[in-house]
Amino acid sequence: MKKAVQEINAGSMADIAFLLLIFFLVTTTMDVDTGIGRRLPPPLTGDEKPPDIKERNIFTVLINNQDRLSVEGRPSDIRLLKQQAKEFLSNPHNSEHQPEMVMKNIPELGLVRVPKSAVISLKNDRGTTYKMYIAVQNELTAAVAELRNELSMTKFGRKFTELTNEAQIEAIQTAIPIPISEAEPVEVGGL
Amino acid sequence: MREVTLIVKVKPPEASEVQRLEKKSLVSYIYIGEPIKSNLFGTKPRIQLNDQFGRVEDIPAFITSERQKRDEFDRRFLTTSLKVDQDISMGTVTDVKQELRKSGAFRINYSVRKVEKMNFGKLL
Repeated sequence: MKKAVQEINAGSMADIAFLLLIFFLVTTTMDVDTGIGRRLPPPLTGDEKPPDIKERNIFTVLINNQDRLSVEGRPSDIRLLKQQAKEFLSNPHNSEHQPEMVMKNIPELGLVRVPKSAVISLKNDRGTTYKMYIAVQNELTAAVAELRNELSMTKFGRKFTELTNEAQIEAIQTAIPIPISEAEPVEVGGL
Repeated sequence: MREVTLIVKVKPPEASEVQRLEKKSLVSYIYIGEPIKSNLFGTKPRIQLNDQFGRVEDIPAFITSERQKRDEFDRRFLTTSLKVDQDISMGTVTDVKQELRKSGAFRINYSVRKVEKMNFGKLL
Protein backbone atom coordinates (compact mmCIF):
# COMPACT_ATOMS: atom_id res chain seq x y z
CA MET A 1 0.00 0.00 0.00
CA LYS A 2 1.35 3.34 -1.06
CA LYS A 3 1.43 6.21 1.34
CA ALA A 4 -0.46 9.31 0.15
CA VAL A 5 1.81 12.24 -0.55
CA GLN A 6 1.20 15.09 1.81
CA GLU A 7 0.02 18.21 -0.02
CA ILE A 8 -0.06 21.77 1.13
CA ASN A 9 -3.48 23.29 0.86
CA ALA A 10 -2.78 26.14 -1.57
CA GLY A 11 -6.31 26.84 -2.62
CA SER A 12 -6.46 30.23 -0.94
CA MET A 13 -3.02 31.35 -2.11
CA ALA A 14 -4.41 33.38 -5.02
CA ASP A 15 -6.88 35.11 -2.71
CA ILE A 16 -4.13 36.08 -0.32
CA ALA A 17 -1.97 37.35 -3.16
CA PHE A 18 -4.82 39.49 -4.47
CA LEU A 19 -5.56 40.85 -1.04
CA LEU A 20 -1.94 41.86 -0.58
CA LEU A 21 -1.85 43.44 -4.04
CA ILE A 22 -4.97 45.48 -3.36
CA PHE A 23 -3.74 46.48 0.09
CA PHE A 24 -0.52 47.95 -1.32
CA LEU A 25 -2.33 49.57 -4.24
CA VAL A 26 -4.54 51.43 -1.81
CA THR A 27 -1.94 52.41 0.76
CA THR A 28 0.89 53.52 -1.52
CA THR A 29 0.74 57.23 -2.26
CA MET A 30 2.90 58.26 -5.14
CA ASP A 31 3.77 61.86 -4.62
CA VAL A 32 3.04 63.28 -8.05
CA ASP A 33 4.72 66.57 -8.19
CA THR A 34 3.09 69.13 -10.36
CA GLY A 35 3.60 72.83 -10.32
CA ILE A 36 4.06 76.07 -12.17
CA GLY A 37 7.68 76.57 -13.13
CA ARG A 38 9.22 80.02 -13.06
CA ARG A 39 12.65 81.57 -13.28
CA LEU A 40 13.61 84.24 -10.78
CA PRO A 41 15.59 87.22 -12.01
CA PRO A 42 19.15 87.62 -10.70
CA PRO A 43 19.38 89.90 -7.67
CA LEU A 44 19.87 93.61 -8.20
CA THR A 45 23.30 94.95 -7.46
CA GLY A 46 21.90 98.39 -6.84
CA ASP A 47 23.36 100.36 -9.71
CA GLU A 48 21.35 99.17 -12.69
CA LYS A 49 18.91 101.50 -14.34
CA PRO A 50 15.32 100.39 -14.77
CA PRO A 51 15.05 98.87 -18.24
CA ASP A 52 13.79 101.27 -20.82
CA ILE A 53 10.51 99.71 -21.87
CA LYS A 54 7.71 101.72 -23.40
CA GLU A 55 4.46 101.80 -21.45
CA ARG A 56 2.58 100.13 -24.28
CA ASN A 57 4.84 97.09 -24.01
CA ILE A 58 4.11 96.48 -20.33
CA PHE A 59 1.04 94.70 -19.07
CA THR A 60 0.74 95.60 -15.40
CA VAL A 61 -1.09 93.25 -13.08
CA LEU A 62 -1.42 94.24 -9.43
CA ILE A 63 -2.98 92.15 -6.68
CA ASN A 64 -3.73 94.04 -3.47
CA ASN A 65 -4.01 92.75 0.07
CA GLN A 66 -7.75 92.15 -0.41
CA ASP A 67 -6.96 89.88 -3.38
CA ARG A 68 -8.45 92.41 -5.79
CA LEU A 69 -6.93 92.72 -9.23
CA SER A 70 -5.88 95.77 -11.13
CA VAL A 71 -4.95 95.29 -14.77
CA GLU A 72 -3.38 98.16 -16.69
CA GLY A 73 -4.49 100.54 -13.96
CA ARG A 74 -8.15 99.50 -13.97
CA PRO A 75 -9.96 97.16 -11.60
CA SER A 76 -10.34 93.75 -13.15
CA ASP A 77 -11.53 90.27 -12.42
CA ILE A 78 -9.65 86.98 -12.37
CA ARG A 79 -12.19 85.56 -14.84
CA LEU A 80 -11.29 88.22 -17.42
CA LEU A 81 -7.54 88.09 -16.91
CA LYS A 82 -6.74 85.35 -19.40
CA GLN A 83 -8.57 87.09 -22.22
CA GLN A 84 -6.95 90.42 -21.37
CA ALA A 85 -3.49 88.88 -21.33
CA LYS A 86 -4.11 87.11 -24.62
CA GLU A 87 -5.24 90.31 -26.24
CA PHE A 88 -2.20 92.13 -24.91
CA LEU A 89 0.22 89.49 -26.17
CA SER A 90 -1.29 89.24 -29.63
CA ASN A 91 -2.51 92.82 -30.19
CA PRO A 92 -5.03 91.69 -32.78
CA HIS A 93 -6.10 95.18 -33.89
CA ASN A 94 -2.67 96.79 -33.97
CA SER A 95 -3.73 99.10 -31.18
CA GLU A 96 -1.40 101.87 -30.12
CA HIS A 97 -1.92 100.97 -26.48
CA GLN A 98 -0.82 97.40 -26.96
CA PRO A 99 2.69 96.16 -27.72
CA GLU A 100 4.53 96.86 -30.94
CA MET A 101 4.32 93.86 -33.23
CA VAL A 102 7.04 92.89 -35.67
CA MET A 103 7.33 90.24 -38.35
CA LYS A 104 10.06 87.87 -37.25
CA ASN A 105 11.63 85.08 -39.23
CA ILE A 106 11.83 81.98 -37.06
CA PRO A 107 13.21 78.67 -38.35
CA GLU A 108 10.45 76.07 -38.88
CA LEU A 109 7.77 78.76 -38.71
CA GLY A 110 8.78 81.30 -41.31
CA LEU A 111 7.54 84.85 -40.85
CA VAL A 112 5.37 85.25 -37.77
CA ARG A 113 3.86 88.31 -36.17
CA VAL A 114 5.24 88.56 -32.64
CA PRO A 115 5.47 91.32 -30.04
CA LYS A 116 8.77 93.15 -30.17
CA SER A 117 9.24 93.23 -26.42
CA ALA A 118 6.06 92.55 -24.48
CA VAL A 119 6.40 92.08 -20.73
CA ILE A 120 3.83 91.10 -18.14
CA SER A 121 4.69 92.75 -14.86
CA LEU A 122 3.10 90.98 -11.93
CA LYS A 123 3.14 92.71 -8.58
CA ASN A 124 1.52 91.65 -5.36
CA ASP A 125 1.20 92.90 -1.83
CA ARG A 126 2.62 91.08 1.17
CA GLY A 127 -0.96 90.48 2.26
CA THR A 128 -2.08 88.84 -0.98
CA THR A 129 -3.05 85.22 -0.38
CA TYR A 130 -0.94 82.59 -2.04
CA LYS A 131 -3.90 80.94 -3.75
CA MET A 132 -4.83 84.21 -5.46
CA TYR A 133 -1.25 84.74 -6.58
CA ILE A 134 -1.15 81.23 -8.02
CA ALA A 135 -4.53 81.72 -9.71
CA VAL A 136 -3.17 84.83 -11.43
CA GLN A 137 0.04 83.04 -12.43
CA ASN A 138 -2.15 80.23 -13.72
CA GLU A 139 -4.31 82.51 -15.85
CA LEU A 140 -1.27 84.24 -17.33
CA THR A 141 0.29 80.86 -18.11
CA ALA A 142 -3.00 79.77 -19.64
CA ALA A 143 -2.99 82.82 -21.91
CA VAL A 144 0.48 81.95 -23.20
CA ALA A 145 -0.47 78.29 -23.54
CA GLU A 146 -3.54 79.14 -25.62
CA LEU A 147 -1.58 81.43 -27.92
CA ARG A 148 1.05 78.72 -28.37
CA ASN A 149 -1.64 76.18 -29.18
CA GLU A 150 -3.23 78.50 -31.72
CA LEU A 151 0.07 79.22 -33.46
CA SER A 152 0.99 75.55 -33.44
CA MET A 153 -2.44 74.65 -34.84
CA THR A 154 -2.04 77.00 -37.82
CA LYS A 155 1.59 76.06 -38.52
CA PHE A 156 1.76 72.36 -37.74
CA GLY A 157 -1.88 71.31 -37.50
CA ARG A 158 -1.64 70.05 -33.93
CA LYS A 159 -1.62 71.55 -30.48
CA PHE A 160 1.63 72.77 -28.92
CA THR A 161 1.19 70.30 -26.09
CA GLU A 162 1.02 67.47 -28.62
CA LEU A 163 4.14 68.41 -30.54
CA THR A 164 6.95 65.87 -30.40
CA ASN A 165 9.52 67.43 -32.73
CA GLU A 166 12.11 69.29 -30.61
CA ALA A 167 12.76 71.88 -33.32
CA GLN A 168 9.06 72.69 -33.63
CA ILE A 169 8.64 72.98 -29.86
CA GLU A 170 11.60 75.30 -29.67
CA ALA A 171 10.31 77.39 -32.58
CA ILE A 172 6.97 77.97 -30.87
CA GLN A 173 8.68 78.77 -27.59
CA THR A 174 10.86 81.32 -29.35
CA ALA A 175 7.84 82.90 -31.02
CA ILE A 176 5.79 83.05 -27.81
CA PRO A 177 7.93 83.11 -24.69
CA ILE A 178 6.52 83.32 -21.17
CA PRO A 179 7.17 87.01 -20.57
CA ILE A 180 6.22 87.19 -16.91
CA SER A 181 8.45 89.36 -14.81
CA GLU A 182 8.55 88.50 -11.13
CA ALA A 183 9.09 92.10 -10.21
CA GLU A 184 10.84 93.50 -7.17
CA PRO A 185 8.61 93.30 -4.10
CA VAL A 186 6.51 96.39 -3.64
CA GLU A 187 3.80 97.60 -1.35
CA VAL A 188 0.57 97.51 -3.29
CA GLY A 189 -1.58 98.20 -0.25
CA GLY A 190 -5.29 97.85 0.22
CA LEU A 191 -8.33 99.58 -1.12
CA MET B 1 6.62 58.26 -0.68
CA ARG B 2 7.93 61.41 0.85
CA GLU B 3 11.49 61.91 1.89
CA VAL B 4 10.68 64.02 4.91
CA THR B 5 7.98 64.11 7.54
CA LEU B 6 5.95 67.26 7.28
CA ILE B 7 5.83 69.40 10.38
CA VAL B 8 3.83 72.16 8.69
CA LYS B 9 0.39 71.92 7.15
CA VAL B 10 0.58 72.29 3.38
CA LYS B 11 -2.50 72.25 1.20
CA PRO B 12 -1.28 73.56 -2.16
CA PRO B 13 -3.56 75.85 -4.18
CA GLU B 14 -5.30 74.63 -7.31
CA ALA B 15 -4.13 75.36 -10.82
CA SER B 16 -4.81 73.96 -14.25
CA GLU B 17 -1.70 74.94 -16.22
CA VAL B 18 0.78 72.64 -14.60
CA GLN B 19 3.99 71.03 -15.56
CA ARG B 20 5.26 67.84 -14.09
CA LEU B 21 8.48 68.11 -12.16
CA GLU B 22 10.92 65.90 -14.00
CA LYS B 23 14.02 64.48 -12.34
CA LYS B 24 13.10 64.31 -8.69
CA SER B 25 16.74 64.00 -7.69
CA LEU B 26 17.30 67.56 -8.88
CA VAL B 27 14.56 69.07 -6.77
CA SER B 28 14.89 70.50 -3.29
CA TYR B 29 11.82 71.35 -1.29
CA ILE B 30 10.85 74.28 0.88
CA TYR B 31 7.58 73.92 2.78
CA ILE B 32 5.65 76.86 4.16
CA GLY B 33 2.56 76.53 6.29
CA GLU B 34 1.14 76.55 9.77
CA PRO B 35 2.81 74.09 12.19
CA ILE B 36 0.89 70.82 12.48
CA LYS B 37 1.39 70.78 16.25
CA SER B 38 -0.21 74.16 16.71
CA ASN B 39 -0.57 73.68 20.46
CA LEU B 40 3.24 73.51 20.68
CA PHE B 41 4.37 75.89 17.98
CA GLY B 42 1.44 78.24 17.48
CA THR B 43 -0.35 79.06 14.25
CA LYS B 44 2.10 81.54 12.77
CA PRO B 45 3.22 80.29 9.33
CA ARG B 46 6.65 78.67 9.47
CA ILE B 47 9.19 77.51 6.95
CA GLN B 48 10.28 73.88 6.93
CA LEU B 49 13.72 73.05 5.54
CA ASN B 50 14.56 69.34 5.48
CA ASP B 51 12.92 67.98 8.63
CA GLN B 52 13.00 71.03 10.87
CA PHE B 53 11.74 74.58 11.12
CA GLY B 54 13.94 77.16 9.46
CA ARG B 55 14.12 80.90 9.28
CA VAL B 56 14.31 82.93 6.10
CA GLU B 57 17.98 83.61 6.91
CA ASP B 58 18.69 79.87 6.88
CA ILE B 59 17.79 79.50 3.23
CA PRO B 60 21.20 80.37 1.71
CA ALA B 61 22.85 77.71 3.89
CA PHE B 62 20.11 75.25 2.93
CA ILE B 63 20.65 75.91 -0.77
CA THR B 64 24.42 75.53 -0.37
CA SER B 65 24.00 72.16 1.34
CA GLU B 66 21.50 71.03 -1.30
CA ARG B 67 24.01 71.99 -4.01
CA GLN B 68 26.77 70.08 -2.31
CA LYS B 69 24.67 66.93 -2.34
CA ARG B 70 24.61 66.93 -6.15
CA ASP B 71 27.53 66.54 -8.46
CA GLU B 72 28.89 69.56 -10.21
CA PHE B 73 27.22 68.96 -13.54
CA ASP B 74 23.74 68.74 -12.04
CA ARG B 75 23.96 71.79 -9.83
CA ARG B 76 22.77 74.31 -12.34
CA PHE B 77 19.64 72.27 -13.01
CA LEU B 78 18.65 72.28 -9.38
CA THR B 79 15.04 73.37 -8.96
CA THR B 80 13.53 74.58 -5.73
CA SER B 81 9.98 73.42 -5.30
CA LEU B 82 7.95 75.75 -3.10
CA LYS B 83 5.29 73.74 -1.35
CA VAL B 84 3.20 76.48 0.15
CA ASP B 85 -0.18 76.30 1.82
CA GLN B 86 -2.89 78.08 -0.14
CA ASP B 87 -3.90 80.40 2.70
CA ILE B 88 -0.43 81.73 3.46
CA SER B 89 0.08 85.39 2.67
CA MET B 90 2.60 86.31 0.02
CA GLY B 91 4.86 88.19 2.46
CA THR B 92 6.60 85.03 3.63
CA VAL B 93 6.77 83.66 0.10
CA THR B 94 8.29 86.90 -1.18
CA ASP B 95 10.95 86.81 1.54
CA VAL B 96 11.81 83.24 0.59
CA LYS B 97 11.97 84.16 -3.10
CA GLN B 98 14.31 87.06 -2.35
CA GLU B 99 16.64 84.73 -0.42
CA LEU B 100 16.58 82.26 -3.30
CA ARG B 101 17.53 85.01 -5.72
CA LYS B 102 20.42 86.03 -3.50
CA SER B 103 21.55 82.41 -3.30
CA GLY B 104 21.43 82.03 -7.06
CA ALA B 105 18.67 79.41 -7.01
CA PHE B 106 16.67 80.90 -9.86
CA ARG B 107 14.70 77.87 -10.97
CA ILE B 108 11.62 77.59 -8.84
CA ASN B 109 8.42 75.67 -9.05
CA TYR B 110 5.22 76.65 -7.29
CA SER B 111 3.72 73.36 -6.22
CA VAL B 112 -0.01 73.07 -6.98
CA ARG B 113 -2.83 70.57 -7.10
CA LYS B 114 -3.86 69.92 -10.67
CA VAL B 115 -7.47 70.57 -11.53
CA GLU B 116 -9.01 70.43 -14.99
CA LYS B 117 -10.80 73.72 -14.63
CA MET B 118 -10.18 76.58 -12.25
CA ASN B 119 -12.89 77.27 -9.72
CA PHE B 120 -12.75 81.02 -9.17
CA GLY B 121 -15.72 80.98 -6.84
CA LYS B 122 -13.42 80.01 -3.99
CA LEU B 123 -11.27 83.06 -4.53
CA LEU B 124 -13.88 85.78 -4.54
